[in-house]
Formats: sequence, structure tokens, C-alpha cells
Amino acid sequence: MGAQLRVYKRRIRSVTATKKITKAMEMIAASRVVKAQRKVAASTPYAQELTRAVTAVGTGSNTKHPLTTEAENPTRAAVLLLTSDRGLAGAFNANAIKAAEQLTERLEREGRQVDTYIVGRRGVAHYNFRDRTITESWTGFTDEPSYADAKKVAAPLIEAIEKDTANGGVDELHIVYTEFVSMMTQTAVESQLLPVRLDEVAEQTQTKGEILPLYDFEPSAEEVLDALLPRYVESRIYNALLQSAASKHAATRRAMKSATDNAGELIETLTRLANQARQAEITQEISEIVGGASALADATAGSDY
Amino acid sequence: MAAELHVELVAADRQVWSGEATLVVARTTSGDIGVMPGHQPLLGVLESGPVTIRTSDGETVVAAVHGGFISFADNKLSLLAEIAELADEIDVQRTERELERAKAEGDAHAERRADVRLRAASAAR
Repeated sequence: MGAQLRVYKRRIRSVTATKKITKAMEMIAASRVVKAQRKVAASTPYAQELTRAVTAVGTGSNTKHPLTTEAENPTRAAVLLLTSDRGLAGAFNANAIKAAEQLTERLEREGRQVDTYIVGRRGVAHYNFRDRTITESWTGFTDEPSYADAKKVAAPLIEAIEKDTANGGVDELHIVYTEFVSMMTQTAVESQLLPVRLDEVAEQTQTKGEILPLYDFEPSAEEVLDALLPRYVESRIYNALLQSAASKHAATRRAMKSATDNAGELIETLTRLANQARQAEITQEISEIVGGASALADATAGSDY
Repeated sequence: MAAELHVELVAADRQVWSGEATLVVARTTSGDIGVMPGHQPLLGVLESGPVTIRTSDGETVVAAVHGGFISFADNKLSLLAEIAELADEIDVQRTERELERAKAEGDAHAERRADVRLRAASAAR
């Protein structure tokens, strides 16, 4: 076998192996998307009821609570960025990080100091590489977040918002995550978690315009709100974590699908080239034989004379 | 037929129970509260403790609820809890072991959790 042909064969073998790997990753991601989607759906009733309750207290009482009232001169804001621990997901992490950076820039332009909180190794690596300060970060659970993880993330954020701004507390809490729109579409979105914007919340739950009943608060509106808002933040973060996980798996699936397709195309091209090389080799061999034979014939013919 | 109210018992990551009931008894921070159909709209903070639901076919469903909220409006009652388990789902022996371990380790939080579970399990029987 000629050298050229051997090189082609070797490359085909290596690309075939890569294709098998990317195909396997695609299928794993596909099954995980379904699982993650199911988790998003399972967490929806809780989130919905909780949002309803928050809206009810917020609109049904005149309670002023630090978590629902906007500070007059917000000076510090916290941004929570949700990324994934692993890459191989196309532009998934890049988009989320870009959205967070845009938000940070906007907040800083408006004169706010920004504390960054990050979930996921990719985001942490991005910020560390650029020597930016991260207030707090969490890693290790982005593929399958549990409610306990959401609680862990929410705790320091709630603490920060309850503290006075002078003592290192924050006035606002923003979250940047990747919303799972469909299998094919995932968009990086940012939203303000705290102070709660009641009209926005009402819009999300489609309760706008609906007249909420006049609730009896047990023990009192303040205490209900005190207990309700941390849970609300936790459930919103949990929901965002789940959506981000589902989006990541969907992005991985898509990235791996195109990698598999590309590998297939490459194999096809290489096979063509290998066939061509083989054919060239055969042609050369034939012409050599023919040339040799005719030279031999010429030589014997010449000796007769 | 007695009037009914619709009950949804949801935990953070799943829906635990839903159905029609005639009476729901839960423990709020200011004491036990019983909700029957037609109750005034209510929003309260729950203590961890057992919640008793009397279903419309006369059965009793007991669940261990660890913190959360009760909200009632338009004959719809929602019980929201971070963690909620039906009494049938509770493994009594395992919980007893957990209770002992929590006592030994002095973990008041875990002890309370195990205690609530056991109370819910015994109330169901």
C-alpha cells in the first residue's frame, strides 16, 4: 500500500473514533434534556403558588418590606450568573457570560457597584482568568441541581440584601441565566429578583387584571412576607438553575450533533481521496507493467534482427 | 353532599398530593388552624408538623410538612412546603434511627425533622 493511501486510511480511522464519541455524547445529552425538562415541570406548581402568594401579599397589604421596596439611591447590586461546569456546549457559556457583562456594565454606568456571584466552573474560570473579583462561587451541581443547592446559593444573597448597604449589603439582586425556550432555542436572559417588581411578577403568572381576594394573614402580613420572600428567591433560583441545566444539555446535544455531522462529512471526503489515491496507484502499476512489457517486447524484437 | 375544597400539597420539587377534601388541619406559627370549605381567604406561615387532610370520601391523609405556607382562596387550598412527605411514604424504622442519631449528635434541626415525620406516621395509623 502506498504512503498516501496509508495516511488517508489512518485519518479515516481516527475521525470515525471521534464520531462515535460525539454521537454517544449527543445521545447522553438528549436523554438528560428530557430529564431536566421533567424537573423544570415538576418544580413549576411550587413556584407558581409561591409567586401567587407573593403577589397576594404585595398587592393586598400596604406592608413596606426591604425586599419589595426599591432603594431611593441604589449604590450596590449583586449579579448572580449561572453557567455550567463543563464546556462542549457551543456558545452556551459564552452567551450567559456576555449577558452578565452587559448587565454589569449597565449597572456600573448607572453608578452602582456590582458584586458578582457565579455558579459553574466555566464562569468562574472566565472571571479568574481576567482577574476580576468574584464575591462567591459554587460549582459541582450544574448538571443536576437539587433544591438544597438552590438554598445554598440563595442564603448568602438573601443575607447580603438584608444587610445595610453601608455594611457591605446590596440594594438589588439580578440573575443571569439561560432560559430554556425549546429544544432548539435557549436564550440568555437577565432579570431582577429583588426588590420584587410586583407588576412584573403578576405578568409572569398571568394574574394581571385578576382581582386577588382579600387575604387574612396569619400571624401578620409582615411576618408572612418575611417568611415568604426568602422562599420566593430560593424557588426562583432553583427554577433558573433547572432551566440553565436543561439549556446546557440542549446546547451540548446540538453542538455534538453538528460535530457528528461534520465528522461524517470529513469521513466521506477522506474516503473519496483514499479511493482516488488507490486508483492512482493501480493506474501507475498498470502503466509500469505495460511499459515494462513493451520495453521487453521491443528488446526481444530487436535481438531477432 | 358536604361542600368540598380543592387541596394541592406541593413540595419544592414535586406535587405531593392533590384532591378534594372537606377539612384540612395544619399548624401555623400562631397555632393549629382548621380550614373547611368557604373559609375566608387566608395566607399563613406553617410550622413544621403533621398536616391532616380529611378527603371527601371519608379517608384521612396525613403528611409531614417541614416549614412552608398555607394559602386559601376561592375554595382552593394550597400547602406549600420545601419538603413534604405523605405518611405512607415515611419509613418509620429508618426515621427512628435518624432520630436517635440526631439526638446523639445533638442536631436539633434533624431531630425535629425526624420527630415530625414520626408524629405524622403515627397519626396516620
